[in-house]
Amino acid sequence: MPHTLALIALLPLVGFLFNGFFATALGRHRANERAAGIIGSAFPIAAFALTIKAFLDLQAGGFAPIVEPLYRWALIGTSSFEIAFYFDRLSAIMTLVVTGVGSVIHIYSTGYMHGDKSFGRFFAYLNLFLFFMLLLVLGRSMLVLFVGWEGVGLASYLLIGFWFDDLTNAKAGRKAFITNRIGDAGFLLGMFLLYRAFGTLDMDTINSAFLSGTGAALLVPASLVGLLLFVGATGKSAQIPLYVWLPDAMAGPTPVSALIHAATMVTAGVYLTARMSGIYMMAPEASQVIAIVGVLTAFFAATVALVQTDIKKVLAYSTVSQLGFMFLALGVGAYGVAIFHVVTHAFFKACLFLGAGSVIHALGGEQDIRKMGGLRSKIPLTFWTFAIATAAIAGIPGLAGFFSKDEILWYAFASAKGGAPWLWGMAALTALMTAFYMFRLLWLTFMGASRMSHEVEHHVHESPISMTGVLMLLALLSAGGGYIAIPHFLEAQIPLPPIVESLEHYEHTLLYVSIVLAFAGLGLAVFMFGGPASRPEGIKQAMLPIHRLLSGKYFVDELYERVIVKPLAWFSEVVLLRGSDKMLLDGSLNGLASLAQRTAGLLGRAQTGSLHLYALLVMVGIVGALLWSWRHV
Amino acid sequence: MSEFTMGPMLLNLVLWLPIVGVALVLLLARANDGLARTIAAAVMTVQFALATVLYLQFDATAAGLQFATQLPWIAQWGVSYLIGLDGFNILLVVLTAFLGPIVVLGAWTSIKKDVPLFHVMVLVLQFAMMGAFVAQDLFLFYLFWEAMLIPMFLIIGMWGGARRVYATLKFVLYTAFGSILMLAAVIYLVQSMQQSSGVMSFAFADLYQTQLPLSVQTILLGAFALSFAIKVPMVPLHTWLPDAHVEAPTAGSVILAGVLLKMGTYGFMKLGFPLFPDAARAFTPLLMTLAVISIVYGACLALVQTDIKKIIAYSSISHLGYVMLGLLSLELVGIQGAIIQMVSHGIVAAGLFLLVGMIYDRCHSRELAEYGGLARLLPVYSVFFMIFTLASVGLPTTSGFTGEFLALMGAFTAAWPAHLDGNNLPLVLASVAVTGVVLGAMYMLRFALTFLFGAVKAPHHSPDHPLLDLSLREKSILGLLTIAVFALGLFPDGALQKTELAAKSYQSLVTTSRTPAGSAGVTP
Repeated sequence: MPHTLALIALLPLVGFLFNGFFATALGRHRANERAAGIIGSAFPIAAFALTIKAFLDLQAGGFAPIVEPLYRWALIGTSSFEIAFYFDRLSAIMTLVVTGVGSVIHIYSTGYMHGDKSFGRFFAYLNLFLFFMLLLVLGRSMLVLFVGWEGVGLASYLLIGFWFDDLTNAKAGRKAFITNRIGDAGFLLGMFLLYRAFGTLDMDTINSAFLSGTGAALLVPASLVGLLLFVGATGKSAQIPLYVWLPDAMAGPTPVSALIHAATMVTAGVYLTARMSGIYMMAPEASQVIAIVGVLTAFFAATVALVQTDIKKVLAYSTVSQLGFMFLALGVGAYGVAIFHVVTHAFFKACLFLGAGSVIHALGGEQDIRKMGGLRSKIPLTFWTFAIATAAIAGIPGLAGFFSKDEILWYAFASAKGGAPWLWGMAALTALMTAFYMFRLLWLTFMGASRMSHEVEHHVHESPISMTGVLMLLALLSAGGGYIAIPHFLEAQIPLPPIVESLEHYEHTLLYVSIVLAFAGLGLAVFMFGGPASRPEGIKQAMLPIHRLLSGKYFVDELYERVIVKPLAWFSEVVLLRGSDKMLLDGSLNGLASLAQRTAGLLGRAQTGSLHLYALLVMVGIVGALLWSWRHV
Repeated sequence: MSEFTMGPMLLNLVLWLPIVGVALVLLLARANDGLARTIAAAVMTVQFALATVLYLQFDATAAGLQFATQLPWIAQWGVSYLIGLDGFNILLVVLTAFLGPIVVLGAWTSIKKDVPLFHVMVLVLQFAMMGAFVAQDLFLFYLFWEAMLIPMFLIIGMWGGARRVYATLKFVLYTAFGSILMLAAVIYLVQSMQQSSGVMSFAFADLYQTQLPLSVQTILLGAFALSFAIKVPMVPLHTWLPDAHVEAPTAGSVILAGVLLKMGTYGFMKLGFPLFPDAARAFTPLLMTLAVISIVYGACLALVQTDIKKIIAYSSISHLGYVMLGLLSLELVGIQGAIIQMVSHGIVAAGLFLLVGMIYDRCHSRELAEYGGLARLLPVYSVFFMIFTLASVGLPTTSGFTGEFLALMGAFTAAWPAHLDGNNLPLVLASVAVTGVVLGAMYMLRFALTFLFGAVKAPHHSPDHPLLDLSLREKSILGLLTIAVFALGLFPDGALQKTELAAKSYQSLVTTSRTPAGSAGVTP
């Protein structure tokens, strides 16, 4: 097929248009709900099937990148902005994850969203998201990537505020959009610089130009471009300082949290950085900043996750933290490892979020883990899949997260491109916290005695097969996904950084340390939450100030509110509107205006005769003047 | 008759059709509201159809005027009736013609007083605006420029809101002030050309040859620029605009935002900068600073408005700042972006003002705080509202993105070499301008948040008498505008090709020095 890649992206768009036009109005009836669900899921599944075909084509061609031009968006002078798709090892992995995980989450949603009055609208938005996400990962030019980049932001905005009758949800959506826009401003500047230097935004061209270090690449400093693009990445991928939108984004329906705010969209920044690795390989300063921001984000987000009581908030901060790990890997030049973690994280975090959704579903909307407990026997499928995914993210050996996280730790320590023991130290500590807060979540939710109200407990039920089936599939991938050797697969395209020779022999030691840390986190969590409730309470009381700081999320939202939002409103309202516009500009004109107003009042009296006559006079005047001057030629 | 002789006639027809419409209304429909509306709508539709034919036949590869008509008019002054299409005006002519039927259809039910007269005014205004765009003679241009003022003044003054007298006065004072200065400059310019070359002509093409010392260029550009900057409007000459918008009927706002404001930026592009290139370049830092201030200032003020019409009004100030920025970049990509941004703003602002008008027709309030949850109440309306909001925000795939992206890219592309040469002002300005994309999202999403989401709330709405969602007429108007938004967002190439030669000629006119040889003002 000549347009396989375009078709992959466009199929979900067709689904969006279909559900957008037809199902939104009809969604309330059961038969229509089924039709909307089938159509909404069929297009992503078809896209997944086509992606497999494209992958086989790629393989058949010896993994030489496939370029598929669609049309010319604009031609300015000699520089052409082409809408073209690009399929190589990197985009193949991303596309498989996006369409694969995307498809199963659509299927899950048919069960989860059952009975929602806007069922059709939900599937329309979800398909719209997939369309833009596929543009993002398949685009050859940064322009196409950016279209997808902003488009997924739109879909995210719409889905976070999906239940918009509650203004808090809509506000969370707005916060996500605006925070992302701040990042996008940086992204735009980076793109402009690249355009200035190359007259094109095709990423393969730009990468190879930087790597060969010739010509146009010398016109712009790689580090500046790298940092500007990274500003964009901090927005989309929720890194310090722009991560604040992601925890709030949990206001959206849980499948959205799984698909957009865990598995796919938030990894777009990681993809961008890996995709532009040609720039970052030439920009050690920018890479260092990325590693530091990544490890700090990982660390601080993990500390916040320690004390959260909302099941989705724990997972949200965990996502921020895990994304930090990915950026740490990118910062030390281990691009393939970062993508590896993108993939395994997509499996186990999607599984966790969907599991959380199943719990919330079972409990009729309850999200507070203090009001859960003892769910293990009541919803066993959800429990087991959730437990496997928890073990995977915690780094229990043999499961997916163990492999990818361990590689990140190793390169953070030993990469010759910016690895450092302190990076490893912070990351290892974060890994310990990860294991702790995840097992805490598992224990508080599923183990021990029930803390549910009688009413809620009475109604607890296992989710339908459409949901549990997906959970089992994702649990399987969370368990086995680590055996797909993605760094190795990508190495042919993006080489892994060399290891500092003197550190090579530490590899096994560090491996054992990570295993110990994972089990230590598990043990600590079981010790604290497996025993009497007084135990965690006592520790909380002993460290109350710290607990308050952490559960207050370091009060960063409050800080931004006070330092940015309020001053901007004050400046606009008081300085610009009242001071400049009304007092200075209008005030100085007031004298003149009032004078003229009096004159106009007099003239107005003469005007009230016949309005038609007046209009006619205007016309006659204009036409007459033209005719008169004509004769005088 | 071959296409080549058909062409000029077609353009004349496009220009004069509204006057035919005026005659028809005055002759046949002076007392018949329905017929007056129908005549106006029919005339505007035919005009748009003919303008589309012109657009399609316009040869993107030919330099100079197309479909031109030149008739001697006042020979002793060198004035002629010279009209024609080129890359500068082709898109704006199509835009003006496109908005014509939309304005008439949009006002279909909301104008109830003096309906025939209203349509006479709209048609006269359409004629004058079209004339100002197609005129290729400065005298003719000035006539049309002035002629626009009267019908606009009457539309606001007669069909406007409670404070319409104040608003019209402010509007007239500002624009008349600018016009008088421009008139003086026009006379001086033609005089001095006659003195230096012996030729007396008002034709743009001749005036582009004039050589003037920098000092004279500066004064003349000052006069032109003041007049144009008021129309754009650029901060600090903008305060007439919010008042005019608030008091104008919906149709007035649509014309004002859709076409009239573009007169200012078009004036800069077609006259101000190319006529006085050396002064233009000398004043670029100042003008660029004002453009960026306009972007930020307009956006900040849009952020704190409580009147929904004022939000859109201030957003216009911000969006036209990008046009100025692109034009001043003197980079091809920026100039092209500026042209697209003009058209895009015309479409998007028209859509937003129509949406505001539609809700005003139902609820009779412009107070943002009185609304909420419209997405639940009026789903179709809300979908359109969201589309135009996103276009205003400049989301990719919409026309707003094409314009802003290319204009900002131009500003940045020009700023980087300047930065390498040690001049950091353009870089700082371009970077500040980029914050406009954040502020734009802030004020539009604040609007959308309160308006569409949360608990259902609207004046004159009750469960017994719920508000009605869009009628077929309203859906059709917004549907047409939506198509235009995505056409220019997804496939701007065709339009860009039509304007490319003009953008290049603008670039070369403004970058080539035209001070007389030997005078002190020669730039190397």
